[in-house]
Amino acid sequence: MAPRLRAVKERTHSAERDVVSPPDPLTPATAASVRGLNRKFGDRIVLDGLDLDIAHGEFIALIGRSGSGKSTLLRALAGLDQEVTGQLSAAGPVSVAFQEPRLVPWKRVLANVALGLRVADPQASARTALDEVGLTERASAWPGTLSGGEAQRASLARALVRHPRLLLLDEPFSALDALTRITMHQLVLSLWTQHQPAVLLVTHDVDEALALADRVLVLGGGRITHSSSISLPRPRDRDHPNLVALRLRLLTELGVPAGRTD
Amino acid sequence: MPETAETGLNVGEQAELTAPVAMIPGGVGAAAARSPARRQRSWYRVVSPVVVVGLWQAASSTGILPASKLASPASIAHTAYTLVVTNSPTYGTLQESLLVSCERWAVGLAVGVTVGVLLAVLTGLSRVGEAILDPILQALRSIPLLGLIPLFIVWFGIGELPKVLFVMLSALFPMYINTFAGIRGVDSKLGEVGHVLGLRRHEMLRHIVLPGALPAALTGLQLSVVFSMIALVVGEQINATSGLGFMITQAQQFLDNSVIMVALIIYAILGLLANGAVRLLERKALAWRRDFGQ
Repeated sequence: MAPRLRAVKERTHSAERDVVSPPDPLTPATAASVRGLNRKFGDRIVLDGLDLDIAHGEFIALIGRSGSGKSTLLRALAGLDQEVTGQLSAAGPVSVAFQEPRLVPWKRVLANVALGLRVADPQASARTALDEVGLTERASAWPGTLSGGEAQRASLARALVRHPRLLLLDEPFSALDALTRITMHQLVLSLWTQHQPAVLLVTHDVDEALALADRVLVLGGGRITHSSSISLPRPRDRDHPNLVALRLRLLTELGVPAGRTD
Repeated sequence: MPETAETGLNVGEQAELTAPVAMIPGGVGAAAARSPARRQRSWYRVVSPVVVVGLWQAASSTGILPASKLASPASIAHTAYTLVVTNSPTYGTLQESLLVSCERWAVGLAVGVTVGVLLAVLTGLSRVGEAILDPILQALRSIPLLGLIPLFIVWFGIGELPKVLFVMLSALFPMYINTFAGIRGVDSKLGEVGHVLGLRRHEMLRHIVLPGALPAALTGLQLSVVFSMIALVVGEQINATSGLGFMITQAQQFLDNSVIMVALIIYAILGLLANGAVRLLERKALAWRRDFGQ
């Protein structure tokens, strides 16, 4: 076991709050590393000795049936779950975009993005981040007046403005309409290309995973049961033979009978 | 964006300060008050009070309503004028009494609201604080405050202290209960956001918890204003030597009901103004809610 791994119980969150990211000689070799992670809810075992490594800059999609523990794993990596046991380390800063955008309703969009930002000029950084997600003109809007897609873009800006080395995306596109979702996929890919964070995207949408990820993981029985790397360049043709084959494979892994792809 | 945006107390520079009085009776919605049609119709609101006062005056003038029971509007207005311009040995001047009463009310309300908020923060943020403070506060709250008056006189005499304390206690409990509920009602998902954004404890309080509790706290403030007003009216009439309550007790002795009416009308105006101020504050502070329809 690598010495950088610490017991979860002893973990401080200081790494995640470290906004400046200097060339650090102690930078871990991975963006995140998880060993033997366990989590029970009552008698139900959700994570059962899960192991996972996420390389720097790697885009991982994590799929699994509902209740398989996808979000539990993500919350553990985000430091939001104090009950997990096992070893877990993540290279800070870590950012999260949730399924619901979770913008603070009483702060205007710009203030939401700048919230908790510890840089010399938070407003300017936030403005740049809003530019990147194409939301400049809504900077002074109240979150409640945003459309679903705009709110998710604001949420992405708030995550990216911290220059995360690990970006956790918890089904952020699942509530969006199909067209908006496609736009958001393109946006996420372009932001990822530009900033190169490692990404862990939790999704239940196999096509979304195939379109975006370097590596698709299937979570089942509390562990990673399957891992496929995809080396096709993006944007990807949905009907590429490799993807068609992989889609069937993943659906089988998820327990969906072969032949059903909806 | 300036600091004010972060406390949730910011609004755009809309023409919001126009005609705040128009919203006081019945609380005409902010956006609605600005539309010309609505503004025109708000003129209708004057009709019924004017008619009632007119009928009242007619009844007094014709002798249907004897002056010994209820003074006429004209004589009340005259009494008010006289009380302002003359310093009578019985009543003093109206403005002097008003000032004394306002001072009692303002001090009591301010201290009560502040203490209520502080207690709510203590109990709302800490389970230990809740376990220690909440039972005693709930017990105190269930004591009818009016029943405390005799004890207050025994403890604090008949000076300013029991009156202000009485106003303070009436303001404290609604503020405490509503702010506490507001703090506990803040969406835990926003707490998680604060956590992943690395907010420190005081930042969490300032950016997430307190603004989140603000709508409930303002409801508490509205109740505090009303209850403290009632406490003022009652408390002031006990062994008062100054203030509107003193005017009322004096007038009672001299069977001068027009003075009583003047004092009551002034209480009513004070209550309306305070309520309007709270509503204005609400509109300013909760602008984020108004913009997408509450």
